[in-house]
Amino acid sequence: MQWETVIGLEVHAQLSTQSKIFSGASIAFGAAPNAEACAVDLALPGVLPVLNRGAVERAIRFGLAVGAKINSPSIFARKNYFYPDLPKGYQISQYELPVVEGGTVMFHVAETEKTVRLVRAHLEEDAGKSLHEDFHGMTGIDLNRAGTPLLEIVSEPDMRSSAEAVAYAKTLHSLVRWINICDGNMQEGSFRCDANVSVRPRGSGRLGTRCEIKNLNSFRFLEKAIDHEARRQIEIIEDGGTIQQQTRLYDPDRDETRAMRSKEDAQDYRYFPDPDLLPLEIPSSWISEVRDVLPELPAQMRSRLERDYGLSSYDAETLTADREIADYFVAVVSNLPSDPKLCANWVMGETSAYLNDAGKSFEHCPLSPGELAQLLTRIKDGTISGKMAKEVFRQMWSRRSEQETGWKSLQAKTDQSLVDQIIESQGLKQISDSGAVEKLIDEVIATNPKSVEEFKAGKEKAFNALVGQVMKAARGKANPAQVNEILRSKLK
Amino acid sequence: MSLSLDDVKRVANLARIEIGEEEATTALAQLSGIFSLIRQMQAVDTAAIAPMSHAQDVMQRLRADIVTETDQRDLFQSIAPQVEAGLYLVPKVIE
Repeated sequence: MQWETVIGLEVHAQLSTQSKIFSGASIAFGAAPNAEACAVDLALPGVLPVLNRGAVERAIRFGLAVGAKINSPSIFARKNYFYPDLPKGYQISQYELPVVEGGTVMFHVAETEKTVRLVRAHLEEDAGKSLHEDFHGMTGIDLNRAGTPLLEIVSEPDMRSSAEAVAYAKTLHSLVRWINICDGNMQEGSFRCDANVSVRPRGSGRLGTRCEIKNLNSFRFLEKAIDHEARRQIEIIEDGGTIQQQTRLYDPDRDETRAMRSKEDAQDYRYFPDPDLLPLEIPSSWISEVRDVLPELPAQMRSRLERDYGLSSYDAETLTADREIADYFVAVVSNLPSDPKLCANWVMGETSAYLNDAGKSFEHCPLSPGELAQLLTRIKDGTISGKMAKEVFRQMWSRRSEQETGWKSLQAKTDQSLVDQIIESQGLKQISDSGAVEKLIDEVIATNPKSVEEFKAGKEKAFNALVGQVMKAARGKANPAQVNEILRSKLK
Repeated sequence: MSLSLDDVKRVANLARIEIGEEEATTALAQLSGIFSLIRQMQAVDTAAIAPMSHAQDVMQRLRADIVTETDQRDLFQSIAPQVEAGLYLVPKVIE
């Protein structure tokens, strides 16, 4: 039997506010335990939550970016359960009327366009952290994270493979950073995924019983956990069993999921509207304000790059994979508007590769876009060959790579003449004097009679060998196009 | 829908309320009374009425996203039964 995997994702994105969602405590990561837990976060008697405008604003931004409906009024509800890292005994979340309803996320999987529908995205507070080790049989509670604003983004079960789920999660990850609502740091738990996985015979219209896999904090684990869980469910069904609805935890060390709790002891959260929080009103004037400052979205920018710059859809997608590479590319093109394709090649090629090696992102690129554009200008005006340009790039990089700050803070003081200095001082300048090139060609023709003869007999390969000889004699500094032209005319 | 004794015990368990057999029976009678009141209210046609989520007809006031709290951990922990290394200690919980 052919099986089909059905996946829906719930993503928790910590919002990049300064303060918590319902209190004025800081949410900065890495503080001493409980130093950022105030009376509201500790649920001391008599305290009341007051909603953070910045958290709502970020939720609106997300809603607009995915083309969703922004609900007004929007309602906060209590989700009741008992756990020591949740001191109130309930989490303030949303049930009916979440801030964001509907919307879609579009991306490509192996050249095919895929659209995933969103059910909703709602605001809620994060819980604290429990530390189970080393407290003589007790559990240690750190409530710094309690009250950190979260946007929980819930998709429809629209994905059919782990590859699609990963592509969706990556698109969402890039989007929340693009619109600057979440730093996306997965190690620090700023972007966490839960996956709902079920299997069914291919072609069946009915959904199978699903299991939820919790807390997948890397794209690789997300992929492996889904693949493992689908295999586990298929084996059970093929052996004549049935799937129990369960919450499962992925263990990356063993590459397996194991049961956390079954449906029977699943929580009944007894949601009800929180009487401490009045309905949230989002006037359309506020939505317009947010829309006005929303940056161009990746999908829009992608089609603009294809349309206005004539880039391929692959190039456009790569250059809009995140905000940093997009900003950098745009800055390079603004310095060399005549050749976006050349700019794209060098941003995605050399620059990207060097950054990768250095473990840096485009934000921290030590070369300014102006310098890179200057280098490309020297290729275009024939001063250096593309091959030589790579050598110049290497030297520019080694001179600049010591700098700790990124190009944005550097830009004012970068030395536009660095490229020319290197070309000049290293003698990398291309021989453009056609007399000098002709002399080299004459020598090569004289010393390679065999190749000349072969070419005249119709062997095109021999021509390339001769070009190679000329380039070698010029130590790479001749312009290949010019060599071609002169050589061909001489051999006629 | 009529409420059973098991329902009462389940809700009590979820709310972490210890309840004896006798109390449960009393609670069942009281809750059943409340449910019949709800049944009576549900007979009213509310199709054209927007659900009310709060008794006051006022909207939520928002605060600016500014850090206003300072670290008062020592003060808060002075009333905690047990603390260590800045953490609140509680009886061990296992998932």
